[in-house]
Amino acid sequence: MKAYKEIVVISGKGGTGKTSVTSSFAVLGGEDVVVADCDVDAADMHLLLEPQVLHQEDFYSGKTAVIETEGCVHCFKCKNVCRFDAINVINGDFVVDELNCEGCSYCFHVCPTRTIKMLDALSGKFFISKSRLGSFLVHARLKIAADNSGKLVTKVRDEAKRIAVEQDKNLILVDGPPGIGCPVVASLTGADYAVIVTEPTVSGKHDMNRVAELLEKMKIPAGVIINKADLNTEIRDEIKDMVKKSGMELISELPYDKIFTDAITQGKTVVEYDKGIISKLLENSWEKIKNNTWKKENKK
Amino acid sequence: MKEIAIASGKGGTGKTTLSVNMAVLMAEGASCKKVILCDLDVEEPNSGLFLHGEKVNEQVQYRMVPVWDEEKCTLCKRCANVCEFNALAFLGFSVLIFPELCHSCYACSELCPENALPMKEHRMGELKHYKINESLDFVESRLDIGVEQAVPLIAATREYVKKIADNDTLIIYDAPPGTSCPVIEAVKKTDITLLITEPTPFGLNDLKLAVETMRELKQAFSVVINRSGENDKIIEDYCLSEKISIAGKIPFLREAAVAYSKGEMMVKKIPQIKQAVKQIADKILEGEQ
Repeated sequence: MKAYKEIVVISGKGGTGKTSVTSSFAVLGGEDVVVADCDVDAADMHLLLEPQVLHQEDFYSGKTAVIETEGCVHCFKCKNVCRFDAINVINGDFVVDELNCEGCSYCFHVCPTRTIKMLDALSGKFFISKSRLGSFLVHARLKIAADNSGKLVTKVRDEAKRIAVEQDKNLILVDGPPGIGCPVVASLTGADYAVIVTEPTVSGKHDMNRVAELLEKMKIPAGVIINKADLNTEIRDEIKDMVKKSGMELISELPYDKIFTDAITQGKTVVEYDKGIISKLLENSWEKIKNNTWKKENKK
Repeated sequence: MKEIAIASGKGGTGKTTLSVNMAVLMAEGASCKKVILCDLDVEEPNSGLFLHGEKVNEQVQYRMVPVWDEEKCTLCKRCANVCEFNALAFLGFSVLIFPELCHSCYACSELCPENALPMKEHRMGELKHYKINESLDFVESRLDIGVEQAVPLIAATREYVKKIADNDTLIIYDAPPGTSCPVIEAVKKTDITLLITEPTPFGLNDLKLAVETMRELKQAFSVVINRSGENDKIIEDYCLSEKISIAGKIPFLREAAVAYSKGEMMVKKIPQIKQAVKQIADKILEGEQ
């Protein structure tokens, strides 16, 4: 049985304070936690954790078609079968539009002269680093306009798991992407506990509902942090009601405070920047989350 | 027909706020074109929370995936060999199909020598079309929970919108966050994309990624600074050094955040926001002509 637990922080909606909260947890967890930034489209954790890169590697996933000019008999077969509008005829030559190509290889199979090659597609880079906190940080950068962010997310998590085992760490903290689609599913599959960071706005509530439904489908226990809680007390109470009914746990309510933005602007996490009530609330939240994560295990 | 996309690297920077408010203002404008606002953030569509109107159409959206015809299949395995996405597997004497892994490329179906894999409709979400007023239509699609691929639904939604648009229609797309495939599907081949950001190091970092994406796509774009205030320089310096135009700024006001939280239309409540959005709208339309 695996000795570590994996906590994933998600939000549905972007900009609710997910990374501010996660980076604070990374500080509170210190060296004992392996941090994985799975928001590979727009990774921000490294801006606060100042990682020293120990290892970096290109990540290939999927394929891209390339048509060689020589040998092409202009039969149009490739262009006719492509469902992604990825083959253009430019000055009489057949050219693959890399951005549109899905890598399905259909063109490769129908080409009568074997002029089409399928090459491995570079979809990004991942990094294994030591953060300024002494913890390991696994982060990535999706190649601009690349496909397959879900695969890169899985790679980041796999590396984090490998490190957890090798370095004998018992906790992995994942900063997840927004949304409910493939990178989110890839961040959550097999996780032990999820934390939803939401805000009391019509959008925050709506989006939380959708991720909560996804978590239920995936059978992952979850807790909720309401950030900017005093922005709209009516919707805050509606969210609290929803949390209760859904069987999730309310972890904490954080106030709408300039400290969040100020901390980021100074390149610090909230718990390092603030020594007042907000840090206290985050500390309590982290303790609760850790307890819940291990508790759920005992039930199984 | 003009197509404007509103995108951002980082989430929560104000895409929906700008999209909704700009659509309402432009529809009210003196030129009074027909405006269609279309929410392409199909994973978490929010624009509709700010608009109220009459539903004029609703349709389930499908994409095509293969189904196995046991009678015709000779178990030759050609399909599993050609599929690059592991969406087909042989289990004993049967073929298993995993629709979530399928990219609807048709290779297995059309290369099957026995025609044993016909393509059938597979539900991915729902599209809704509302009439908000005389000159404003609103279209949104939402991905079903558990469906992983957003791109086909975004593509289908853009197709629908183009069908209901005519020559002098202005289309505004509220794009998903990030820089990967769903964003590209939402912004590609639009006339201009507005990248909305906030003056923080996170905002700047994600703006840089979004700019690289636009350049890779050879897509015309301009920047909008939301929650503008004392730290704007961080974005302005970057835009200056990269020769990127700033279409405008939306001021940081707590009352704007409160209005947003309630689902209220800011241009109708807060004069400073109305003025800011109007300037941005004017600037893009001017640039277009």
